[in-house]
Amino acid sequence: MTLQTLTRPAAADASAPGPAATPARADGAGRTLRGARHVLRRPGLLVAVAVLLLVAAWAVAPQAFTAQDPLGGVPADRLQAPSGAHWFGTDHLGRDVYARVVHGASLTLRTTALAVAVGLVLGSLLGLLAGFLRGWVDDVIGRLVDVLLAIPSILLSLAIITALGFGPVKVAVAVGIGSVATFARVMRAEVLRVSTSVYVEAARASGLRWPAVLGRHVLPNSSGPVLALVALDFGTAVLAVSALSFLGYGTPPPAPEWGALVSGGRDYLATAWWLTTLPGLVIVAVVLAANRVSRALEKTGEDQ
Amino acid sequence: MTRYVLRRAGQGLFVLWAAFTVAFFVLYLLPSDPAALVASGGGEVSQVDPAQLAALRAEYGLDRPILVQYGDALLGVLTGDFGDSYVSGAPATTLVAQALPETLKLTGAALAVAVAGGTAVAVASVFPRARFLRQALAVLPPLGVALPTFFVGLVLLQWFSFRVPVFPAIGNEGAISLVLPTITLAVPAGAQLAQVLSRSLRGTLGEPYVETAWAKGASRTRVHLAHALRNAAIPAFTVLGVMVGGLLGGAVVTETVFSRVGLGRLTVQSVNQQDAPVVLAIVAFSALVFVVVTLVVDLVYPLLDPRIELRTPRGASRRAAPQRATAVNA
Amino acid sequence: MTGTPVTDAQATDSPAPEAPVLEISGLEVAYRAADGSTRPAVRGVDLRVGAGEVVALVGESGSGKSTTAHAALHLLPRGGTVTAGRLRLDGRDLSDLTAKEWQAVRGRHVGLVPQDPTVSLNPVVRVGDQVAEVLVIHGLARRADARVRAVELLRQAGVDDPAGRARQYPHQLSGGLRQRVLIAIAIAARPRLVVADEPTSALDVTVQRRILDHLDSLVRETGTAVLLITHDLGVAADRADRILVLQDGVIVEEGAATRVLADPQHPYTRRLIAAAPSLASSRLVIGDDRGPTTDVERPEAPSAAEGTASPVLALDRVRKEFALPRGAERRTLVAVDDVSLAVGRGRTYALVGESGSGKSTTARLALRLEHPTAGRVVFRGQDITAARGRELRALRRGFQVVYQSPYASLDPRFTVEQIVAEPLRAYGVGDRAERADRARALIEDVALPADVLRRGPRELSGGQRQRVAIARALALQPDLVVLDEPVSALDVSVQAQILELLVRLQAEHGLAYLFISHDLAVVRQVADQVGVMSRGRLVESGAAEQILLDPQEDYTRELVAAIPGRRAVQRLETA
Repeated sequence: MTLQTLTRPAAADASAPGPAATPARADGAGRTLRGARHVLRRPGLLVAVAVLLLVAAWAVAPQAFTAQDPLGGVPADRLQAPSGAHWFGTDHLGRDVYARVVHGASLTLRTTALAVAVGLVLGSLLGLLAGFLRGWVDDVIGRLVDVLLAIPSILLSLAIITALGFGPVKVAVAVGIGSVATFARVMRAEVLRVSTSVYVEAARASGLRWPAVLGRHVLPNSSGPVLALVALDFGTAVLAVSALSFLGYGTPPPAPEWGALVSGGRDYLATAWWLTTLPGLVIVAVVLAANRVSRALEKTGEDQ
Repeated sequence: MTRYVLRRAGQGLFVLWAAFTVAFFVLYLLPSDPAALVASGGGEVSQVDPAQLAALRAEYGLDRPILVQYGDALLGVLTGDFGDSYVSGAPATTLVAQALPETLKLTGAALAVAVAGGTAVAVASVFPRARFLRQALAVLPPLGVALPTFFVGLVLLQWFSFRVPVFPAIGNEGAISLVLPTITLAVPAGAQLAQVLSRSLRGTLGEPYVETAWAKGASRTRVHLAHALRNAAIPAFTVLGVMVGGLLGGAVVTETVFSRVGLGRLTVQSVNQQDAPVVLAIVAFSALVFVVVTLVVDLVYPLLDPRIELRTPRGASRRAAPQRATAVNA
Repeated sequence: MTGTPVTDAQATDSPAPEAPVLEISGLEVAYRAADGSTRPAVRGVDLRVGAGEVVALVGESGSGKSTTAHAALHLLPRGGTVTAGRLRLDGRDLSDLTAKEWQAVRGRHVGLVPQDPTVSLNPVVRVGDQVAEVLVIHGLARRADARVRAVELLRQAGVDDPAGRARQYPHQLSGGLRQRVLIAIAIAARPRLVVADEPTSALDVTVQRRILDHLDSLVRETGTAVLLITHDLGVAADRADRILVLQDGVIVEEGAATRVLADPQHPYTRRLIAAAPSLASSRLVIGDDRGPTTDVERPEAPSAAEGTASPVLALDRVRKEFALPRGAERRTLVAVDDVSLAVGRGRTYALVGESGSGKSTTARLALRLEHPTAGRVVFRGQDITAARGRELRALRRGFQVVYQSPYASLDPRFTVEQIVAEPLRAYGVGDRAERADRARALIEDVALPADVLRRGPRELSGGQRQRVAIARALALQPDLVVLDEPVSALDVSVQAQILELLVRLQAEHGLAYLFISHDLAVVRQVADQVGVMSRGRLVESGAAEQILLDPQEDYTRELVAAIPGRRAVQRLETA
C-alpha cells in the first residue's frame, strides 16, 4: 500500500455517510426540536396530542371550559338533546352532560394516573431486578409474573376491590396491580436486551463499573419501550378504570366519573342516546389518543 | 413427549396453586371484615352487635390465624371445596357450576367470532392491492381495542334493541339473545388478535422467504395465504391463552350490560357483597382455564412450527408470558 | 450520469453474444421515501447477458446492484419504481407486463438465488415441497409428480441424500445446504436466466467456493445465462465472463473479466481493485515521508523470535466449555480446546477460522470476558487467569477491544466525545476538560474531523463509527487491542482504509493486536503470526508468510485455496 492511501485523511469515507445519517445534533435542544417537527408532520399524532392536552386541561381547570354546574341540574331542562346551550345535552335531572364530562376528567384521570404509577413503579422494579440480577431472582420473579398473567386482569382487580372495598384510590390500586405483570415483562426484556448488547460489553471491557453501566447505558436505553408502554397502559387503564366505575366501584354518585356517567344513561337508552354515547365517545377518544402516542414513542424507539 | 407433557402439567399445577395462594391472601389478609358485612346485611357496618360479629367470625373460621385458614382452604380445594358463600350459604363451587354454562356459551361464541373476524380483518388489511383500502382496514384493530366493552354493548342495545328492535335487550332466552352480547365480547378480543396478526403479517411479508415465493412466480393469494399467513399465525396463536382469559373477564361487563345470568354476573354480585369464597372460586376457575388453554397451545405449537421441539427446558412455562406484551403492545 | 462507461463490448476479447437472453436498456429506478421525496437508485443502466454467459455486476453497498437485479424480476422492494428503460428476455419485451403476467415469467423463465440462505426458505414447509412448489405453480407437474422431481432437482443441486433431505425443514439444514436448496428452486423450471444476488456472502469461504463451483457447472451444462450480483471483486473475477462495475447507480466500467482486472480504466475500478484484500497480495506497511514503498520487511522489525520472548499476551492451553441445556445430546460444548498462542509487543497475531471455530470465544477469554475452564491467561508476564474485581479492573486498562459491528458497539444515545472519553471517565483519568482534550486528540489520531465529537454515532458512516470505536480502544493507551472482525461489516474501500489506520496506529503506539478474522485475504495484509482454528482447536500456527504460502495442514490449504480472486489472479499470471 502506498503513502498516499495511508496519509489520506478519512474524508473519503467521511464524505459518504451511511444511509442512517441525519444532519441533526444529538444534544438536548436538537432532540426537542426534532420531536416537535416529528409531531407536526403527522396530523394523526397531532390530533392525539391535542386530545390528551385538552383532557388534561379539563382535569386541571374545568371551570375554564364550562360555566355550567356539574352537580346541580335544572329540572325543567331534563333530558334535552344536544344543542348550542348544552353541547352534550342534559340528563334526567337536567344537569349539563358536557359539564359533567369536563368535571369528571379530573376524577377519572387522577385514578388512571395513579393506576399507571402503581403498575410502572412495581412492574419496572421487578423487571429491572429480574433482568439485571438474573439467576434465581429472575426465576422467582418470572414465576410471579406467570401467576399474575394467569388471572385475567379485571378479575384480579375485582378480587382486590373485594378485599379493599370501593372508592377511586382502591380502584386505582386494583387496576395498577393488574398491569404490574406487563410492565415487569417489558422492563425485563429491555434490560436483558440492552445489557447483553455489544456496546454494554464494550463499556464493561473498557473498565466501567456495573453501577455506572446500569445508570449510563442500561437504564437510558431501556427506557424508550417502557415509556411507550406507559402511554399504552394509560389507555388500557382508562378503559379498566371506567369499566370498574361503570360497575359502580368508583366514586359514589353524584360524582361524574366517566364510567359512571355512561352507566347512568343506561335507563334512557331508548330515549336519550346522548347520555351514553357522548361520554362514551370521549373515553374512546382518550384511549385512541393514548394508543397513538404510544405507537409514535415506540417508533422513535425503533428508529434509535 | 410424555415427560414433556407431565412437566408442563406440573408447571401448570404450580401456577394454579400460586394463583390460588395470591388470591387467597389478597382476599383474606387485606383490611376488610366479611363478617361485619354479612352481619350488617347490607346496612351500616357500625350498627352491628359485637357479640353477633364474634359468633359469625367463629362460624366462618375467620377468628383463626391466617395460615391455619389458608391450610384449611387449600385442603378444601383439593377436594373441590371452596367454602360456602357468606351470602347465600351455598357452596361456592355449586354457584360457579350453576353460572358456568351460560358464560361458556357466550365466551365460546365470542371466541369463534373473534378468531374469524380478527383473522379476516388482519388479512384484509395487507392483501388488497389498493393502498387506500389497506390503510382504511388497518384502522379497525386499533379502534377496536380502544372501545370500552360496556360502551359497545350499550350502543348495540340502543340501535338493535330499541331503535330497530331486532334483538332482545336482556335475558338468556334462546340463541337470539346471544347475538349482541357475543358481538360485544368479541370486539376487543377480535381487535386484539387482528392487531397481533396484522403486525406479524406485515413482518413476515418483508421476510426474504416471501421474496423467494414471489420469485417462484407464486400468485398474490398463494404468497399471502400459503407463505405469509402460515408463518404469521404462529405468534398470534400463542395469544390464545390470554385471549380466553380476557373473554372471561369481559363477560363480567357484558353480562351486566345485557342483564344475563352467568359467571360474570355472579362475580359482580359477589364483589358487591364482598363474598370472598365465591370470588376466590371464580379467580381459581379462570386461572384453571388459562393454564389448560396455555397447555393445549404449547402442545399444539410444534405442529404449527417445526422449529419448536417438545423438550424446551427452563422457562418453558414463561413462553405464554411474552405474548401478553406483544398483544398489548401491538 | 457521469459520462459514458468505459466499455469494450466491441473488443474481440468479449464473447458479445448475438441474441442476448437478458437485455436491459436505459434502466432507471427510484425509491420514494416516507416524506414523499424520491431518490434515484439506478440511473440509466444497460446490460446484456448471453446464453451460457456469466455476467457479474459489482459494486459497494448502495451502488444499486441489488436494485438492478430485482428489477430484472420485477420484484422491487416497496417504494421502488422503474421510471424508465426496457427489459427484454429472449427478445420478448417484458417492460409492460401486468403483475399477473409477471407471475408466469418469474420462476419459469427467470430464477432467483437470493442473498441469505438462512432466512430465504419458508421455515414451516419441508424443503422438498418448497422445490416442488415451483413446478406446481407453473403447471409443469402434478403435486405427487413434483415431489419426485424435487428430489432429483435437489440431487442436481448437489444435496447429498436428497430423498431424506427433501423431508426435512430448513432449520435442520446447514447454510450451505440451504443455499443448494435455493439453487434447486431457481433451476427447477429450467429458466433461461438465473439472477444470483450475492449468493454466497453469508457463507463460510470453503462452502462458498463449493457452491459457486457447483452453480458454475450447472449453468454451463444447460446454457443458462447468469447475472451474478456481488460486492466481492474476487468472486466476480473468479466466476464471471464479463464484469460490470456499478457506482451510485451508474455503470462506470464494463468488459471481459480478465481485461477489467488486468487493465482497469475507470479510477473507481482501480480503487476497488486496490482495496480488495483478495486481490492485493502483500502486507500493508507504513511508508516513510519520501514516497510509497512496497517493502515487505517492516521498519524496526524485531528478530525471528518475535513475539515469543516476552509476549504481551499469552494463552496457555486454554479450554472453554459451555453447558448445554438439559435434554441436549451432550452435556457440554467445547468451544475452545487446548489453544496456546502468544502475541508479541507491537506485533499482530491473527486468529483465523470459519464460523463456529471458537475464534471469538478465544478472544473473549483473552479479554477476560469469559473465564477459561482450563489453562492460563498471561498478560505482560503476569498470570491473570484468576484475577477478579478490583484487580481485574486495573488490568483492563492494558487490554482493550474493537468489535465487528460499529453499529452495535457504540451506545446510540451518546455523543462521539462521550463514547471516546468513557474509558477515561471509568478510571477517573483527568477532569472533564482534560478528558475532552484527550478525546479531541484521539479523534484526530484516527483521522476524523473534530466536528464529529458532538455528533451521535447514528450520524456517522460505518467506517467513521469504526474509527470512533478504535479511538475508544486507544483512550487508555493499552498495550494490547483485541480486534474482533474489525472490518468484516464494512465495504471494501472502507475496509482498506481501516486496515491502513490500524497498521499506522500499531507502528505509532507500539500496539500488540490479537486480530480475529474469517477472511484470510484480510489477514494476509496485517498479520505477523497466524493461527488457524477449526472446531475449537488450533490446527496450525506460525509466521504469516509460511501459513499463507506453504500451509501444512489440509484444512489450512482448503481455506487458502478458497480465497476469492485467487483463480483469477492465477489465470492472469499464467496468461
